[in-house]
Formats: sequence, structure tokens, C-alpha cells
Amino acid sequence: MAVPQPRIGVVSYPGSNDDHDALWALAALDAEAIPVWHDQRELPALDAVVLPGGFSYGDYLRCGAIARFSPATAAVREFAEAGGLVLGICNGFQILCEAGLLPGALLQNESLRFICRDVRLTVERDDLPFTARCAPGQELTIPVKHGDGRWFAPPQLLAQLEAGRQIVLRYAEPCNGSTADVAGVCNERGNVMGLMPHPEHAVDPLLGSADGALILASLVDAARDRAVALA
Amino acid sequence: MRATVLVRPKPGILDPQGEAVETALEHLGFTVSGARVGKVIDLEVDAADAAAAKAQVEQMCERLLANPLIESYEIEVAD
Repeated sequence: MAVPQPRIGVVSYPGSNDDHDALWALAALDAEAIPVWHDQRELPALDAVVLPGGFSYGDYLRCGAIARFSPATAAVREFAEAGGLVLGICNGFQILCEAGLLPGALLQNESLRFICRDVRLTVERDDLPFTARCAPGQELTIPVKHGDGRWFAPPQLLAQLEAGRQIVLRYAEPCNGSTADVAGVCNERGNVMGLMPHPEHAVDPLLGSADGALILASLVDAARDRAVALA
Repeated sequence: MRATVLVRPKPGILDPQGEAVETALEHLGFTVSGARVGKVIDLEVDAADAAAAKAQVEQMCERLLANPLIESYEIEVAD
């Protein structure tokens, strides 16, 4: 029997600009990548959803603050609450935090500079649908490109997240002033994850690193398992 | 009814913008400390009286205008 190709949606908001990179990367990793428009209140049948990077709704007020109320985000919330796999990259991470689907908030970089370079990351958890292809403690090289990437959590929340193993990725060296050098977090249930680095820009070794494919292929694997379970 | 919302970074939250402004003021010869940069949002609210307007704006702050994890807000309503 043929292995089903998992269906992974990528939501395009007005101002998203990494949606096509995400669609391309997912297709390159053997998923059926499906564009979802921001005004879609119902999602098509999907095995996972990616919220891509960019500047949704101009990033006015706060990054992700307005995208949080878009029809597609309401649909993504229901999808996540039903246990669906959701990955937010950069602006997608900011949207998930604003929507309360992930803990913390993203603030202006400590340096006030837009940071655009490869960073080294440490994988803190390799038992998630987003990291299963990584080795324990593996170091990944994946680019960041953000002005507002400083993840913040007050001490009590951080302690709770550390205890609950919700810190998934950390910068191997300080990057933007994030609390505890956090680069990626997940929800308590482990079906929603967000990260500031861009795995979709590190899928082909021609671009300097293919480490991003470990994250996205983990998601494709997990989505495929769900597609098989449903078939 | 005219309402003004002041949104500020909460105490203890690092505000690099405030620090940059402070440094710039020091370069101009001013002795300053504790500069913080927030936002002002002016609104016309359709409400019967000031109390009703304030209640509405409070809702707006809770739902959209401020992120309670990192920001505090103050509301002023002018008749």
C-alpha cells in the first residue's frame, strides 16, 4: 500500500512573506503543502498547520497582535485544541504567543538591531513531533531574521516551563536577549510549537545548512503518522 | 467620547528603545534616567457616558491594545 502524503497547510496572512518558502520546503520533504488564506474560517482536511514568517497585518500594534483575530487563526486554534499539530515560525511564533496558544511574549531585540544570520541552536527536547529526527542535545545551524525575537517570560512562568519541559530549543550563544536564551517553546500538550529561527530557509545544503529539514521532516513524519492512522 | 490609552512596558521588562532614547538625551547634555518608551492610542468611543466609555476601552485593552504579560495600561476619558 502506498504511504499517504501528509497534508500540511501554510497560512498566508496579509504581510506573510515566508509562506512560499514554507510551502516549497514542505513539498521538498514530501508533504502535500496546501496554501490557506487568512480569511478562511474553516481549514481544509489537514494533518498539520504551519504559520509562516513575515509581518502579518504590518505587525502593527505588536507583532502578531492583529493576526491573532483573523478567521484562519480561529480555525487554527480549534485545530490545535483538537490535538492538531501546529508549528509557528518567526511571525507565526509571535502570533501563537499573542493568541495564548504558546507561553511568553516576543519583544524587540535587546540590541535594537534586526538580526539576520545563521545561529547555532541546542535541541532541548527530541521527543516531540517537531524534533523527533534530532539527536538528544544536538546542535543545529539555522538562520534567524527578526527585529522582535526576544522571547520573554517572567521568572515564575519560566520555572514552570522548564519543569514542564516546554523549552524545546535554545540559542547556543546569546542572540537577541531572550529569557534563558530560549529560541523555541511548545505548549503543555506538545502539539503546538513556535520558534524564531527559520527551518524553511535551511532545507537545502546549497544555502549553507540543511538542519532546518530535521525540524520540518520531523513534522512531516508526525503528520504522515496521523494521515496513516486516519486512513 | 474621546478616550486616550497609555500603554507602557511593565516595570522590570528591558526596554532597549527607552535606553537608546536615554543615551541620545545624554548626548544632548541632559542628565536623565529611567527613560521608557510606550504608546499612546487615541480613540473616539460611542458610549452614553464616561463610565460606559471607560468600561469599553478597558475591554479593548484586555483583548487587543495591551499584552498583559509585558505591558500595563492607563485609560483617560474626556467628556
